[in-house]
Order: sequence, then C-alpha cells, then structure tokens
Amino acid sequence: MKIKYFLALFVLTGSIALAASMSVQVQQSKVRVTPSQLGSAVDTIKYGDVVNVGELRNGWYEVTTINGKKGWVHESALSKKPVKMSAGTANTTTGVSSDEVALAGKGFNEQVENKLKADGTLDYTWVDRMKTYNVDPDQILAFRTQGHLEGGAK
Amino acid sequence: MNKKYLLPFISVLVMLLITTVLISGCGEVAEIGTGIAQAGGIITSSQADSITKSTKAIEKSQQELTSEQEYYVGRAVVASVLQTYKPLDRPQQNNYLNLLGQSLAIFSNCPETFGGYHFLLLDSDEINAFAAPGGLILVTRGMLRCCNNEDELAAVLAHEICHVELKHGLKAIKQGRMTEALTILAAESAKQLGSEELASLTENFEESVSDVVMTLTTSGYSRDQERDADAAAAQLLRRAGYPEAAMITMLRRMDERISDSGGHGFAKTHPSASSRIDSLRTTITNTQFVPDAVRQERFTAAMQTILAWY
Repeated sequence: MKIKYFLALFVLTGSIALAASMSVQVQQSKVRVTPSQLGSAVDTIKYGDVVNVGELRNGWYEVTTINGKKGWVHESALSKKPVKMSAGTANTTTGVSSDEVALAGKGFNEQVENKLKADGTLDYTWVDRMKTYNVDPDQILAFRTQGHLEGGAK
Repeated sequence: MNKKYLLPFISVLVMLLITTVLISGCGEVAEIGTGIAQAGGIITSSQADSITKSTKAIEKSQQELTSEQEYYVGRAVVASVLQTYKPLDRPQQNNYLNLLGQSLAIFSNCPETFGGYHFLLLDSDEINAFAAPGGLILVTRGMLRCCNNEDELAAVLAHEICHVELKHGLKAIKQGRMTEALTILAAESAKQLGSEELASLTENFEESVSDVVMTLTTSGYSRDQERDADAAAAQLLRRAGYPEAAMITMLRRMDERISDSGGHGFAKTHPSASSRIDSLRTTITNTQFVPDAVRQERFTAAMQTILAWY
C-alpha cells in the first residue's frame, strides 16, 4: 500500500516537473491547433519567448503562450535552456558581456558576421536573398494537393 | 507532524529535490559553491564572480551549438561556397525548388531551424549539392540534370535535408576549435576581453567555417554519415508521400552521368552510387515507380529551360 502511495506521488511530482517552461530557439514559429506543420496557427512565437510546456506527443509539445493561447509546437523550435542573454551582464569597459564572449568563442553570432562583412571577407548578398525564398503553409498544402501527395503522413 | 503524513511529506520533498537537481545545470552548482566559499571568507567576492563567469563560459563551450549559432555557421558556409560556385539567378526555378524543398522539410525530424530551410540553384555543370548547417541547401544544374522528374529531385533534396537534421556539417568542425576559444577565455578574465580577443575569436570562427566548407566541397562526409542521410531521406520521402524508389532511379542516373563527367564534384565527396543503392536496397524493396503525371508536368514546366541548356 505504501509503495502504491509512493508511486502515485512520484508520478504526481513528475507531472509537476513536466509542466516546465521552455524557450523559443528559432527566429519565429507558430503555435498550431493540431500537432502538425500544416495545422492552422493560433499564435506566433518569437526567439527568446518563454512558453509553458505540457505533454510531448510524437515530437510535438502542447504549449501555453504568454498570451494564454494553447496549442502545439514542434520540439525542434524549443530549448530547455534560456536562449536570450540576461540583461545587466554587459561589461562596462568593453561593452561585451561574459556570455557574449562565450558565444563568440564558439562562433557564432551576429557580431562576428558583421565583422566578416565589414572586413570584406565574405559577401552575404545571396545568403540574405536565399532567406527571402519563403513558402507559406497554404502554398505547401496546394502544392501537395495538386501533386497527389495528400496520402503522405501529416 | 503526524507520522501518517510523514512518509508522503518526505517523499514529495525527495522528489522535488531530485527534480531540482535534474533541472539545475553545472553553472548553478558553481554559483552555490562559490557563494558558500565567499560567505566563509575563503575567497573574495571578486574572485567568486570570476570563478562563476569562467565556469559558465566553460559550460557553454561544452554544450552543443545552439540553433542560433548553427544558423550563423551555416550562413558563413554558404557565403564561402558561393565564392567558388555562382548562384543561378532564376526566380521561377528557385521558387519551385523552394516550394518542393520546404514542403519536404516539414516532414523532417527537425522541421524547424533558427532561420528555416532555404534552397538555391547553382550555375555549375558539376554534379553536386551542399547542405550547410541550419538548413541552407545548394543544388547545381548538373545535379538537376540527374533528375528526370519531381520525385527524383525530391530524393536529392531529402538527402540534403537529412544532412542538416543529423547535424553532419557541424560535426566537421574540429574539436580543437572549441578548446582554442576556451584557452583565450581562460587566459584573461572576462573584464579584460576587448577587441583583440574578439578578433582572435572571429578568426577561430572562420577556421570552424573552413572545416565545414572543406568537408562539403573537398573531403566529403564519412561513408556512415552518407548511409545515415540516405536511410533518413528514404523515411522522409515516405512520410511526405513520394516514392522511395525515386532515390534508387536517381542514383542510377547519377552514376551514369558521373562516369561520363570523369568523377568531379559529388563523386569526389560521396561513396559510389552503387554502394549507396546496395545499402538502400535493405529497406527499399520496390526499385521502380511510375511518375505521377501532374508532378512530372510541373517539374518539366519549371525546369525545362535549365535542362534545355545541355
């Protein structure tokens, strides 16, 4: 009996731990009504936003946004670690925070890219142009329907 | 407290403690440790601050690259590849490529990256395709020529999307690059880091990008990585509703073209098409398919001007 009680508490405490928050690690994503990339969107979330996460189903988290909207977000858009640097850590002498230095050490941020652009080391014209090649979900749906691909897994 | 409630009370406490420990990272433990040492008069508050900062920096460098960092590596990789290969400035063709590529990427195990998946044609006869970290994918005219229909082009794109999903590009960065940056960080306290140190770190970044570019254009991924990307691509095609057999027919045609072209580009960086077909045959039993008429028509309509150049 005691063991059952203990197990029940374990599950309960586990559920509390699961109701954690996660950070959005992509520039922008959608909160969808169904766990599918083609599901209609109820909210837009941006890099650094924090969402409350619940159930994880086939790679999709059930989330609640700061606007109180509920829906599904793919796990690849979320990180368990905070992704934005906390304010107030900037060094007054160099204007560079320890976190920024650590990030630069691994490569890889806008500051380093701007330096490469300014030095003339790399030309990003076409890289920026590639980013403008965007396809919206309605176009994808129409493309799939027209091409008789709707039989694929959603 | 009544003994009856003592056991559940302790159980909850233990569970919460376990949960807290699991959620906490090493950085928080270091902060607690330095806090205790500082309170006990062992170290000064400035020293405690330094230790905490260094621990955080080391912890960060040991983590996987974040989605955002992967994005910046990928952008620099594409900018570097485009120093050698000229983009094909054809909006209609690039739009079709992106429509097809992005409609496949949503079925990947990693459908969302920091900046999303984007595709670009390269004006080169060489049979080649490149997947930069974060989802920027480049395909040559020569590679397009190996595809007779949309399904085969989908097979090429699925293979590249899977290199992104499996983070093969990032794995090409030599481990030493990460520790090099750490040495710079360890040598000076965070307070003294200025433009000079940042310049060193930028150089380190360039070298990391160069590791990836070398792998993509010259040395190639490992045989195992190619096999894994092929297996994942077959699965991706299946999910998206395309026939997996398109991978086999595309590889066969590529093999013929590569023999004709004398083995540049893709042949240099990939295992032979026949060995890739052999690996795929363990999961793909049906090696023939009849292309869907509508897909065939829209592929030809979008790409015929490019294909007609030959």
